[in-house]
Amino acid sequence: MLVQNLAVLVLAGFVGFAVISKVPNTLHTPLMSGTNAIHGIVVLGGFIVLGLGAEGVLNKVLLVIAIAFGTINVVGGFLVTDRMLGMFKEKKDTSK
Amino acid sequence: MTWVHGEAFIQCLYIVAFALFIYGLMGLTGPYTAVRGNKLAALGMGIAIIATLLTPGMGNWWLIVLGVALGAAVGVPAARRVRMTAMPQMVALFNGVGGGAIALIAWVEFRHSDGFSSRPEYVAIASLFAAIVGSISFWGSTIAFGKLQEIMPGRPISVGRLQQPLNLLMLLVAVAFGVIVVAGGQSGWLMVGLLVTASMLGVLIVLPIGGADMPVVISLLNAATGLSAAAMGLALDNTALIVAGMIVGASGSILTNLMAKAMNRSIPAIVAGGFGGNGGGGGAVEAGDRSVRRTSAADAAIQLAFARQVIVVPGYGLAVAQAQHAVRQLTGLLEQKGVSVAYAIHPVAGRMPGHMNVLLAEADVPYEHLKEMDSINDEFARTDVTLVIGANDVTNPAARTDPSSPIYGMPILNVDESRSVIVLKRSMRPGFAGVDNELYFDPRTSLLFGDAKSSVHDITEELKAL
Repeated sequence: MLVQNLAVLVLAGFVGFAVISKVPNTLHTPLMSGTNAIHGIVVLGGFIVLGLGAEGVLNKVLLVIAIAFGTINVVGGFLVTDRMLGMFKEKKDTSK
Repeated sequence: MTWVHGEAFIQCLYIVAFALFIYGLMGLTGPYTAVRGNKLAALGMGIAIIATLLTPGMGNWWLIVLGVALGAAVGVPAARRVRMTAMPQMVALFNGVGGGAIALIAWVEFRHSDGFSSRPEYVAIASLFAAIVGSISFWGSTIAFGKLQEIMPGRPISVGRLQQPLNLLMLLVAVAFGVIVVAGGQSGWLMVGLLVTASMLGVLIVLPIGGADMPVVISLLNAATGLSAAAMGLALDNTALIVAGMIVGASGSILTNLMAKAMNRSIPAIVAGGFGGNGGGGGAVEAGDRSVRRTSAADAAIQLAFARQVIVVPGYGLAVAQAQHAVRQLTGLLEQKGVSVAYAIHPVAGRMPGHMNVLLAEADVPYEHLKEMDSINDEFARTDVTLVIGANDVTNPAARTDPSSPIYGMPILNVDESRSVIVLKRSMRPGFAGVDNELYFDPRTSLLFGDAKSSVHDITEELKAL
């Protein structure tokens, strides 16, 4: 299982390089914000650990905080990126 | 309906999610496809979340809902209300909580499995790596937020020469705690010690870094959070975390490199300590006794109105003064008078690469008018008036001419080549790099002091009256 996962890890790294290196400078802030939202995927880790049986009050409290943090990361990240990009889009409409 | 809870189905949904992530990121390549790209990535995230919740044996539903509700209650209004100028610190904050989440999950995993004694060794190593990097990211981002939000002083705070040995010591202590855990230590205090030292390391790394380097640091921490998410994925045997985390880790590294390059800073040098405080050499031009040429809004308006070509160089000062709409009005008026106007965007104008583009796009400046440094630098020699609004270091010719200057070698906009320059500035205070700007003492340069927004407004009024 470890070896398979490591293979996936390495390949994903190359995909990340290939996709991102094509982005123009001007879109780097939205891009940073967008990738930032994607690593909010850690919220899934919170779901799995909590959902598949965490015991004890402290564990549960920690995981609820972790899920809240992860959700802020995901929701906030995508919304902020959308707001930034929306500005480029509006402009397209007016220039037509 | 049992197949929905099957491992294969969940993995298939994950694969759909990855495709959407990658396709979404590809959409972010162009300004017109970017909105859709971001939405596709968000859709991918939604699918990954649903897939995970389908995992057989999921429980504690109310607690999961509670966590998501808490997060949404904080995240949604924060993202909706944040001003465009405050975007960099918002990204820092969102990044930080992601790192915090990873550290917390790793901590629970430790408590859950009696110090990983019931798990293979690689799970322990990956979790501990995630815990250390996640904590650094959380506290580092928090400090970066504090500095950019100006809750804390933006200048470098360091303990001097002891900084590097201290950082190294913290790292070694954190790793030592980890090694003891992997070797079989089960005491809960080992993990607490690891988290505390890693947190202190995060604070210590970012405190000595000055405001100008902050975007690079945020980007670096963004990449770090991605990597620790991928490590967490290895530990939890979850493909979604591995793939998404690693893509972010790779992209964040590239972005960090690009930013550092644009500022002519090496990443190790940034992490080792900020501008000004230590080293950097001489380079400061004696400003006190030299005179600059001041101008008035009326004179600036006449100069601009009779120019054939004007280049606007916006900087952070413009963003702080919220002057982007006023500038848009001014350039619109100039275009009506037949003046050709372009905006020269330095790669690190504003606070992050692309930040200035976002601000100007908000003010309806057409995307085609925004020129990147390489494509406009030869234009300055043919330009009658260059209007510098709240930009400083990126226009400093010392970067080309003075090897002793701390910013020597940084790519700059060749503003000094244009026939005349008008600089809108609040005061003679040096820029972030703490270096005086030779441009201001050039006989072709005139300065208009005051808040960028009201200065631009005054010039616009004068133009209307012409």
